[in-house]
Amino acid sequence: MTIAVQSSILQSAQRAFAFGPPILALDSISLRFGGVQALTNISFNVLEHEIRAIIGPNGAGKSSMLNVINGIYTPQEGSVTFRGERLSEMTPTHAAHLGIARTFQNIALFRGMSVLDNIMAGRNLRMHATFLEVALQLPRARREESENRAVVEEIIEFLEIEHIRKVPVSRLPYGLQKRVELGRALAAEPTVLLLDEPMAGMNIEEKQDMCRFILDVNDHYGTTVVLIEHDMGVVMDISDRVVVLDYGKKIGDGTPDEVRSNQDVIDAYLGVAH
Amino acid sequence: MVDFWFFIEVLVGGLLSGTMYSLVALGFVLIYKASSVFNFAQGAMVFFAVLSFVGFMELGLPFWAALPVAVGVMVLVGMATERFVLRPLVSQSEDTLLMATIGLAFVIEGVAQLAWGVDVRRLDLGIRDEPINWVMDTTGMLISQLDITAAVVAGVMVVALALLFSYTKVGRGLRAVADDHAAALSIGIPLKHIWMLVWATAGIVALVAGMLWGARSGVQFALVWVALKALPVLIIGGFTSVPGVIIAGLIVGAVEKVAEVYIGPFFGGGIEGWAPYMLAVFFLLIRPEGLFGEKIIRRV
Amino acid sequence: MFYREAGQFRTSYAQDSQIFPLRQDRIGMVILLIAAVMLPFVANAYWLSAILIPWLVLSLVALGQNILMGYAGQLSLGSAGFMAVGAFACYNLILRIEGIPFVVAVALSGVCAALVGIVFGLPSLRIRGLYLAVATLASQFFIVWALDKFPWFKNYDPAGVITAQPIIMFGHNFASPREKYWVVLAIVVVLTLLAKNMARGSVGRGWMAVRDMDVAAEVMGLSLLRTKLQAFAISSFYCGVGGALFAFAYLQTVEPSAFAIDLSFRILFMVIIGGLGTIMGSFLGAGFILLMPIFLNIFFHSVFGKSVDATITSALEQVIFGVIIIVFLIFEPLGFARLWQLTKERLRLWPFSH
Repeated sequence: MTIAVQSSILQSAQRAFAFGPPILALDSISLRFGGVQALTNISFNVLEHEIRAIIGPNGAGKSSMLNVINGIYTPQEGSVTFRGERLSEMTPTHAAHLGIARTFQNIALFRGMSVLDNIMAGRNLRMHATFLEVALQLPRARREESENRAVVEEIIEFLEIEHIRKVPVSRLPYGLQKRVELGRALAAEPTVLLLDEPMAGMNIEEKQDMCRFILDVNDHYGTTVVLIEHDMGVVMDISDRVVVLDYGKKIGDGTPDEVRSNQDVIDAYLGVAH
Repeated sequence: MVDFWFFIEVLVGGLLSGTMYSLVALGFVLIYKASSVFNFAQGAMVFFAVLSFVGFMELGLPFWAALPVAVGVMVLVGMATERFVLRPLVSQSEDTLLMATIGLAFVIEGVAQLAWGVDVRRLDLGIRDEPINWVMDTTGMLISQLDITAAVVAGVMVVALALLFSYTKVGRGLRAVADDHAAALSIGIPLKHIWMLVWATAGIVALVAGMLWGARSGVQFALVWVALKALPVLIIGGFTSVPGVIIAGLIVGAVEKVAEVYIGPFFGGGIEGWAPYMLAVFFLLIRPEGLFGEKIIRRV
Repeated sequence: MFYREAGQFRTSYAQDSQIFPLRQDRIGMVILLIAAVMLPFVANAYWLSAILIPWLVLSLVALGQNILMGYAGQLSLGSAGFMAVGAFACYNLILRIEGIPFVVAVALSGVCAALVGIVFGLPSLRIRGLYLAVATLASQFFIVWALDKFPWFKNYDPAGVITAQPIIMFGHNFASPREKYWVVLAIVVVLTLLAKNMARGSVGRGWMAVRDMDVAAEVMGLSLLRTKLQAFAISSFYCGVGGALFAFAYLQTVEPSAFAIDLSFRILFMVIIGGLGTIMGSFLGAGFILLMPIFLNIFFHSVFGKSVDATITSALEQVIFGVIIIVFLIFEPLGFARLWQLTKERLRLWPFSH
């Protein structure tokens, strides 16, 4: 099922941020869990400011791929290079410091907190006041709280969720929860945004909104986006380049048009044994 | 030479009391295997079981009649627990269920004291807590008849339960229920019957454990705190493993006794109060799932 | 219609993040504080010493427990142990440091408890839930045992107890129940304010993030190590201060077994019944647990006309607490605090129903 994304951004010949050099490079990544080979010898790169989609049938290893980039899983072989610097070991905290933010497939919001608090939590790395300063409400703590609140309010406005900012996230419908999670990732002002099926379970209008947000973020801030997505229409319309995974191996890499006409990719999706 | 035999005596004493811990822990494992709930109230149930048993005897029932009556009471307690505590909370987090069973523990302890009073009672099982003569004569070791009996009983129960779980239809049904209630229901496993069976078994185990402990140190409220010792046993052995519980019980009992006897005097005693817990912490840091437990993998 | 927001505008983020955004709440809090300070002039010594002081002190400990369990989600059964550290540290500090002001001794005792809390909180980096609860049991049993077995802590007292010294500050001896009450009130109010600020700010958000989804928290750059240990440290600080006040303003003569495991369970109940993850819940829970025995006694007196055996009332207490915990967990897991919040919401709309 394809959807048409109305966005002037795609049609314009001028990108706000021209593609830069590869900001992320994955080299010969192999990942195993006990006896299960999740990823085999995967190599691809992500150019700065581009929108890169990772697609593939279920179980192809897409989420695992994101988890490797993010440092949640450590690959047995291969390396992750960020801005030319080869990282011997990535941890989630290190990834956060490098400016990599992500959302999760099964919504990892903080259920006990409101929308506002969840997104404020995303500002964590920019809030330096110690617990004592917060406890005594010293000037630095108060100033930080107000300044970061202002930034978070901008994000809330951008994502059009002002009306639910004080609602506990557990009470929100699925689509809005996904939007809040995007907001929390954006709060970190990331250089690279990893989105794991950001539009799963959404209806057409919600998907259009999400696409618009992603494109706007990429256009306004130049954020590099790596996203996993199942909706082919979305992938074809908004991504600059696509990586195709199947059974943990890379079977396609290129622009949407190139990938669409790749016989291996077609076979994988149609379930032809190979 | 005397020192060596003394050490063996201490060791054996520890191992034997360890089997008693295992017996209490067994009740936890049963409930956990069948419902994935950690029943913090198990200790209270041990106490209530044996207190009821003794209470019924005081009311005039003979030994062999009081036994099934006490078991019946435990089944009722179990069914009530399942109906009023576990079922309403079925979709809640593990922590919530744990707190609910802590509350349940206090309810059962309170009811036990309201129903039967707070006096310490003696329980005479006909086996005396006295050294076995021929052992004492040949080696100089003091090993209690009661302890040996307890160990044998515990061993028999564990083997029986292990066989039950692995090889019978009922056992398979229990494991299925523990894994996934809805799926078990959908293939026709009679949930209610399984529950009753589990609680009856756990009740019997609790009663036996309580009787052995009670015979040794009197039936009193302190029994409840003894049951807390079963926690390190569960951690070291793994929550889901019946053989694990036995091995872990032996380890905890042995370490506790040896530490108390050999290190205790330097500090004025009392080491056995905390040593098992420290041991459990140590295990948790190097092998969180216990010796025989299942590894827990969290998916992101 | 009196309790409403209409007409109250918040024009800055700072205003929105206040503790009491509604004017009615602010006024209410001021009245409450004034009443609390004036209380000793109307209440008799018994009420002060046997009810109000322990209530304030235990609320503080419950607050500590709430920080660890309610906000940071770390299951702990060791609060009484940290109270013990605080109590004995305070005694030893005043004993061995000439002329140390009481408040300073109390603060330092809190720090001692915090340090112990960090050590016993280290396992939380690898384990959680029930396993962590068992690890905290280890700390509870070990601490009480150590304080008991090493006579130095009790200054070699032959009876194995410590007798709290007088509370002396600025050259004045706060000896009467009234004065003790004011000291306790001041300390509790200040620490509660600090806790509230932390809970509402970045610190509290960090704790709740770790509680709700620690993987996501890590992904956002939160250090699990720092956050968890910080929770243990601050929580133990509160328990330690509470313990010191427990000894100095309430019990006077203290032995290590006063801080045994059953006290930890009582604190746990206070927090669950009062409301996990709330500041107010600590006070409500502590009040409930403390007052229940008294109510039971009064109830029995009026219904049965005579005093009932203490063992029966204590057994009944246990049953009632246990039942209430289960009932609350099923119907209102956020405890009395949430009930209070719902009442306030109702009041905002009153006399309308929606």
